[in-house]
Amino acid sequence: VSGYTSVTGDERREMLASIGVSSVEELFDVPADVRLDRPLDLPDGLTEAEVYERMRSLAARNADAESEVCFLGAGMYDHYAPAIVDAIISRSEFLTPYTPYQPEISQGGLQAMFEFQTAMTELTGLPLSSAGLYEGPSTVAAAGYLAIGATKRRRFVVSAGLHPHSRETLRAYSEGYPASVEEVRMAGGVTDLEALADAVDDETAAVIVQYPSFLGGVEDLERIAAIAHGAGALLVASCDPIALGILRTPGDCGVDIAVGEGQPLGNRLDYGGPSFGFFCATEEQIRRMPGRIAGETVDVDGRRGFVLALQTREQHIRREKATHNICTAQALNALGGMIYLSWLGRQGLVELGELLVRRTDYARRRLAAVEGVEALHDDPVVREFAVTFAAPVGEVLDYCADHGVAAGVPLGPEYGNGLLVAITEQRTIEQIDRLATLLGEAVHKAGAGRRQKAGSAA
Amino acid sequence: MSTAAPNPPGSAVAETPMQRDRAVTIYERSVSGRRAAAIPASGVPDGDRPISELIPEHLLRCEPARLPEVSEPEIVRHYNRLSRRNFDLDSGIYPLGSCTMKHNPRLNERVAALPGHARLHPAQDPQRAQGALELMWSLERSLSEICGLPHVSLQPSAGSHGELAGLLLTRAFHAADGETERRTRVLTPDTAHGTNPASVTMAGYEVVKVATDQRGGVDLDDLRAKTDDRVACLMLTNPNTLGLFDTNIAEITGIVRDAGGTLYYDGANLNAIMGHSRPGDMGFDIVHVNLHKSFSQPHGGGGPGAGPIAVSDRIAPYLPVPRIERVDGNNGSRPQFELRGAEAHPDSIGRLRGFQGNFGVFVRSYAYILSLGGDGLTEASETAVLNANYLLARMREGRAGRYLKPAFDRRPMHEFVLSGSGAKKELGVKTLDIAKRLLDHNMHPPTVYFPLLVDEALMIEPTETEARESLDRFADAIESILAEAEDDPEIARRAPYTTPVRRLDEAAAARTPIVRQEF
Repeated sequence: VSGYTSVTGDERREMLASIGVSSVEELFDVPADVRLDRPLDLPDGLTEAEVYERMRSLAARNADAESEVCFLGAGMYDHYAPAIVDAIISRSEFLTPYTPYQPEISQGGLQAMFEFQTAMTELTGLPLSSAGLYEGPSTVAAAGYLAIGATKRRRFVVSAGLHPHSRETLRAYSEGYPASVEEVRMAGGVTDLEALADAVDDETAAVIVQYPSFLGGVEDLERIAAIAHGAGALLVASCDPIALGILRTPGDCGVDIAVGEGQPLGNRLDYGGPSFGFFCATEEQIRRMPGRIAGETVDVDGRRGFVLALQTREQHIRREKATHNICTAQALNALGGMIYLSWLGRQGLVELGELLVRRTDYARRRLAAVEGVEALHDDPVVREFAVTFAAPVGEVLDYCADHGVAAGVPLGPEYGNGLLVAITEQRTIEQIDRLATLLGEAVHKAGAGRRQKAGSAA
Repeated sequence: MSTAAPNPPGSAVAETPMQRDRAVTIYERSVSGRRAAAIPASGVPDGDRPISELIPEHLLRCEPARLPEVSEPEIVRHYNRLSRRNFDLDSGIYPLGSCTMKHNPRLNERVAALPGHARLHPAQDPQRAQGALELMWSLERSLSEICGLPHVSLQPSAGSHGELAGLLLTRAFHAADGETERRTRVLTPDTAHGTNPASVTMAGYEVVKVATDQRGGVDLDDLRAKTDDRVACLMLTNPNTLGLFDTNIAEITGIVRDAGGTLYYDGANLNAIMGHSRPGDMGFDIVHVNLHKSFSQPHGGGGPGAGPIAVSDRIAPYLPVPRIERVDGNNGSRPQFELRGAEAHPDSIGRLRGFQGNFGVFVRSYAYILSLGGDGLTEASETAVLNANYLLARMREGRAGRYLKPAFDRRPMHEFVLSGSGAKKELGVKTLDIAKRLLDHNMHPPTVYFPLLVDEALMIEPTETEARESLDRFADAIESILAEAEDDPEIARRAPYTTPVRRLDEAAAARTPIVRQEF
C-alpha cells in the first residue's frame, strides 16, 4: 500500500472480479495510439522523511524574512501573523472541503464568508463585497471587466502609480475583453491630476488608481472621483487593506469599485501566493459582481443560515453569460484574513496604521538624511516610500544583503531607478537605523569605487 | 450491511443540539473594549506626532472600521464552533464528480510552512531565492512529462485562470498569422464545465457548442460541420465530464488542427490518466492542470488552487512572463535559475497576476509528486479508475440499479454519471432529494444536475484514496435511501434532518440579498 491509497492486492483482485474484468488495464478504454507505452520519466517515490529533507534543503537556499531583515514590499508585506491564523485554517473542517455547494453542511465556511464580506465593506466603505478572488492584480482586471459591462465603453485610463503587475495584468486581459489601456504619469508620489483630466474622455469605462500609490503616496481619491464621474467613467481603486484602517474610505471618496491584494491581512508571504484578492463595489453593481457571495437566509424551520447568494451571476449556472469565469478562488486565505482582522479588532487596526505612519515617516526622514540619498517624493505616505541615490541600485542591494538586510524593491527606470522601502510593525527603529547606516556605506562605497575607476581611467 | 437511517421525517423530529445552537456572527459577539492583538509603541526617537500632521486631515478616515472587538479565546471558540458546522474530506467520503476530492497529505502542509517557503518575499532577488526557483522549475518539468507537452507556465491561479490563459495564448497565436478578425469562435462540447464558456466570453470569443454522440463522446459529424476557418480553438476534457474517454480523440484533434485551430485540454479530469495517456500525445496544444485536484492541494472550502498550463512548441513563444530559465553552471557548479520577463520573451501575452503564482500550492504539489514518483502517480490513476468502476458495479445492483441508471452504458474511467430520472418518475424522489438525504448519512453527495445533458444527473468520483469499505458504505446508503423512498418518499423530500441547518431558502437570498452584517 503506497501513494495514499488503501486498496491491497487482495482487495484489488476482489474488486476486479465484482466489476467483471481480470485486470485494471481492461478498465482503460484508451486507444493504443494515444496510450503512453512507457513508464513516466519521473524519479521513484520517496518516503515521507526523504521528501521532507529534500524540501527542507530547497527551502534552506532561500533568504527569507526570518533569516534577514526584510524591507521588501510592493504589494506584499512582512507583517506578523498571529498563531491563531494557522491554528484555525489548519483545521480539517476549513482546510479540506470543496466550495460550499451543499449549504446545509457548509455553514461554517459560508458564515465565515459573510463575516469576511462585512469586514471588507467596513474597510472600503462600499456596501458590497465578494467572498474573495485570486489576488491583487487580477482583481484590477476583474474591475475593468465589470466597468465595461456597466458603461458599455472599452477604454481604461490607469495611473502610473498603479502597481506595474496590475497594469501588465490589465493589459493582458484587455487583449481579450477587448479594451484599450492608456497610462497617465505621476507627479511626485501620486497621479498627475491635470494629465488625468486630459486623458479621461467619454469613451472611458474606468479610471484606475492605487491607494496608496505604488510609490507609497496617498492619492486624493475625491478629486480623482470628480474627474472620472465628470466623464461618466467608473473609478476603481486598488487598495492596501491595512492602510484602509486609517485612510479615508474609498466609498466615502466616491470610488465605485475597490479591489486589492489581501496578503497583508494575516497571510503568508509564500513567495507571492496563495493569498486572496478582495472586490467591493457600490450597490448598483450587485448583479455584475464577480465571484462568490455568501448571503443570509433561513431554513425550513426558520433557523438562521447562510447560502451562496446570487449564483445566477456565476459560471456554473450562467455559463457564457457569467459575470466572470472564476470558480476555485482563495476561500481559505480569505478566512485567514478574517481571523487576522478579528485579532486586530476595531482599535488594533487603527493603532497598527498609526504605528506604520509614524515609523515610515521616521524611516523616510532618516534615510533622506543620509549623504547621497534622497526621498523620491514628499507626498504623505502610510507604510512605504521611495528613495534614490547616486549609485547603482544593484550594488547597493548586494551590499545590504551581504549584511543581512533586504533593503527594498528596486524601482525600474520608469520611476527613476530608486528603491521602494516598506515598513511593517516588525521593523524596529534599530533596524531602520541600521538600514540607514548600510545605505550610507553602500552609496559611499559605490561612489568611491567609481571615483577610483574614473581616476585610473584618467 | 445497511446504514441506519437517522431520524424520521416531519415535525416530530427533535432539534439536534447543534441546530438549537443558532448562528451568531463574530460581530454579534463583539464587546466594546475587548481585544486580542497588542500593538507595540512606535518607538520613534523624536516622539509621536499627531497623525494629522503626517497625513492631511481630509485624507484620513472619520470613524474606525467596525471590526469585531473580541479576545483571543473568543476568536478561537467562535471559529472552532464554525468549523464544526462544516463537513469535510477528513470526516468521510466526498465523491464530488470532477472535483477530485482526494486525501490531502499533511506532509505537504508541513513543508509549505517551512520559513524558507512561507516567509520568502516574492520580490526577493532571484539569486537569493534559488531554492524556490529550482522547486518551480522541477515542478514545471514534472508537469511537462505528465502532460506530454514541452513548456510549462505555473502562473495561473486556478483552472479557470488557466483556461483564460490558454485562450489569450490562442489569440496571440492567431494574431501572429494575421487571423484575429477571422477566427472568432471557440468550440466547446455541450458537456463542458461552466468555466469553459465563461472563459471564452472573457477572452472575447464566441461559444459554439458541439453535440455529444450516442456513446457519450464528441459527435464527429457535428464537429466537422462546425469546424472551419472561423474556429480559433476547441476546448475539451478527456475523459469528459461523463467520465468517458473519447476514443476518437486523435481524429477530433486532427480535424481542428487541420482547420488551423488550437487544441485546449481542460485538465480537470487528469486524475484518470496520469502515466497512461498524455494530452500532448492526443494532439493538444495547451493543457491546464488543477493542482488542487490531481495533485492534492487541499480545496480550502473554495481555494486556494493553482492552474499551471503546459503547451506545445507552437504556443510557447506567447507564454506568460516571468518564465523560469535554468542556466547550467560551468565546471560542475550548481545550475542557476533565473526569472525572465518580456525583454527576453517579446511575444509573451504578459502577466495574468502578480509575482510568480501560488507558490505555496507549488510546494505542496511538488511534495506530492516526489512522494508518489512516476509509478505512484500511474498507480493513483489506476486505483481511481478501479474505485470508480467498483462503485459503479455496486450501483448496478439492487435498487440503485433499478432507479439510477448510468447515463451511458460504457465503461467509465475515474468518475461516472447516473441519471435519477427513474427515481423521480417511479418514486417521486429527485436527485436533489437523494443528495440531501445523503447528508443525514454523514456523506457528501455527488455533483448533482451536471452535466446538463443528463436528466437528474448524479456525477460520482470517489478518487483513489477511498478504501473499499468506504465505497461499500456509500452504495449501502444509496440503497437504504431508495428503499426508504419506496415506503415514504416524503422522507427524502424533506431531508436533511440532522445537519446544523435544514434546507435553506435560496430563493429568498436571491430576491432580497443580505450580504453583510447590519450594524
